[in-house]
Amino acid sequence: MSNDILVWVEQFKGQAASASWEAIGLARTLAEGLGGQVVACVLGQGIGALAEEAIAYGADQVVLCDDATVEDFRPEPYLALLSKFVKEQAPAAVLMAASARGRDLGGALAAEVSAGIIADCTAFRLEGDKFVATRPIYAGKLLSDVTATAQPVVVTIRSRAFPKPEPNASRTGQVTNVAPVLGEDVIATKVQEWVTEEGKVNLADAKIIVSGGRGVGGPDGFKPIRDLAVVLGAAVGASRAAVDAGWIPYAHQVGQTGKTVSPDMYIACGISGAIQHQAGMRTAKIIVAINKDSEAPIYKLARYGVVGDLFQVVPALTEEMKQRLGK
Amino acid sequence: MNIVVCIKQVPDSAAVLKVNEAGKVSWGDAPLIVNPWDDYAVEEALLIKEKHGGKVTAITVGPESAKDALKDPLAKGADAAVLLSDAAFAKLDSLGLATVLAAAVKKVGEVDMVLFGQSSIDAQTGMTASAVARKLGCVPLTFVAKIRAIDPAARAITAERLLEEGKQVVTTRLPAAVSVIKDINQPRYASFMGIRKASKATIPMWSASDLGVDAGAFVPRVDWSRTYAPPPREGACEMITGDSPQAIAAALANKIMAEKIL
Repeated sequence: MSNDILVWVEQFKGQAASASWEAIGLARTLAEGLGGQVVACVLGQGIGALAEEAIAYGADQVVLCDDATVEDFRPEPYLALLSKFVKEQAPAAVLMAASARGRDLGGALAAEVSAGIIADCTAFRLEGDKFVATRPIYAGKLLSDVTATAQPVVVTIRSRAFPKPEPNASRTGQVTNVAPVLGEDVIATKVQEWVTEEGKVNLADAKIIVSGGRGVGGPDGFKPIRDLAVVLGAAVGASRAAVDAGWIPYAHQVGQTGKTVSPDMYIACGISGAIQHQAGMRTAKIIVAINKDSEAPIYKLARYGVVGDLFQVVPALTEEMKQRLGK
Repeated sequence: MNIVVCIKQVPDSAAVLKVNEAGKVSWGDAPLIVNPWDDYAVEEALLIKEKHGGKVTAITVGPESAKDALKDPLAKGADAAVLLSDAAFAKLDSLGLATVLAAAVKKVGEVDMVLFGQSSIDAQTGMTASAVARKLGCVPLTFVAKIRAIDPAARAITAERLLEEGKQVVTTRLPAAVSVIKDINQPRYASFMGIRKASKATIPMWSASDLGVDAGAFVPRVDWSRTYAPPPREGACEMITGDSPQAIAAALANKIMAEKIL
C-alpha cells in the first residue's frame, strides 16, 4: 500500500465538479501528512485541459484517459479504469464527490477492490496514520466519526464541506495518458440522450438557496421565490410539503427525503421547519426565515427572522436587493 | 421478470435521536418503519410485475424484529419475503452488507432485476446498489427517475437517471441493480386484506451459512462506533421588524449585505 491519495475528477462536458477540486484540496493535506502524492484521475473526451487544472489545484500526478468510450459517465468503462488504477497504484484512499456519479462509481469500486466505504464526509483528519472521517447520519440529526481500519478506503465527500484550493498555475506535475480498458463493443450501457429542463437545479453546489414551503400556497407562489433567487444568483429549493403538493419538481426538494445542502445563505420562505426539513439544511451558514407563524420551529435555526406575509416581504426584499446589488 | 427488492427498517423520519453514554443511538418511542425511499422501490417492483408478470421477493438484513418491515411489501403484493439474519451480520459495514445482499440475490436465483431505494435515511450512503451490482457482476443503474421500457426477451432496460446536470437516459442489459428516486412513482397503500394476509405469512430466515458467505466477509473495514449529537447552532434568532414590508426588507438587506456573502 502506498501513501498516495487517488482523486477521481468528475466532469460533465469538460467542466469539473467543484467538489472534485475540494477533494484535491483535501487529498493534498492528507498526502502531505502521510508523505505521499496526490494522483488525479481524469476521464472524458477532449478534456486534456482538466489535467492541467488538476495540477493547478494540487495534484502531483494525473492519469488521463481521453477517449470516446469515457466521454459521458457510464459505470462499466469508468469502473474498469478506476479499479485498474487502484490495483496498480495501491493508494491509501480514493476520494470523490458525493454526487450521483460518485456514489455509483464509489460503491462499485469498493466492491471491486474490497475496500471500506466512508460516504458523505464533511470533515476528515489523520489520527496517527489512520483516516478518521466525520459524516452526518440520520440526515444530520447525528454525526458519526468513522475510522478506516483497512486500506484502501473509498471516500465520498459532501459538496462545499471542504475548502476549494486556490489554483496555482505555476505548479507542475506529471500527466500520464492511459488507454481505456473496455472497448465499446463490451460496454452494455449506452447513453441515449439527456433531458435537462428540470434537472438543472444543482442545489448541492449553490452558494445561496431561496426555498419555498407550504406557505407559498401553490405553484404560482414560487414566482416571488424565483424572482428573489434570480436577483441573488441563488438556486430555488422547496420543502417536502410543496413538492408533494405538486407545486415544484422533486429535484428542488431539501430535507431528509430530498437534498442535503450547506449553502452560505438559506432563505426559507413559508417553511415551518419540520425536523425532516431541518435535517437537509441545518448546516447552512446563515439561515433567514420568513414565515407567518411566529412559533414556527424554523426560527430556532435562523439567524434572522421575519414574521410576516411572504407575498409582501419577499417581493420587497427582491426590490431592495436589486438596488443594493445594482441590478 | 424475477425481481428482488432490498429494503431496510429504520426509525421514523420524525424521530428525535439521542446517543446514550455507551454511544448507542436511541429513538425513544418513535416507530420503526420501512425506509421511505424503499417504498418507491417496492412500488416499482410491483408495477413491473403487473406489466410483465413474474415474482417479487423482498429481502432485508436485520434482527428477528425486522420481519415487521417485510410484512409491508407482502401486504402490498410481493410474493415472498426473506429475512437475512445472523449474529455475524450485527456489525456489517457497507461492503459486508453488499456481500450479504448479493449472496441472497444469488440464492433467490435467476433474478432479472434488483431494486433499491436511493439510500437509507439512517446510514445514508446511497452506495449499496452499485456495490451489490458489482458483487453480482451486473450493471448498476442508479438514481432512476423513470423506467422508460423493459424488454425481458431482449434482456434490455431503458431508464432516466437523475444526475446533477439533468436526466441521463441510458439503455443497459438485464440483470440490472436499480436504485430509484422519489420521482419514479406514487407508492400504493396496503389493502386491509393484504395486511391480514401478510400478518399470517411465514417469513423464512437465511443465515450466513445458508448464504454460503464466509465469516471473513464480515470483518468491517471501517469502525463507526463514535456517534454524537451535532453541536447546537450558535446564537439566537434576531427578529427583523418594521412598519412596512419595505422597511423590513431594507433592514433585512442591511443584515444580508453585512454578512458579506454576496
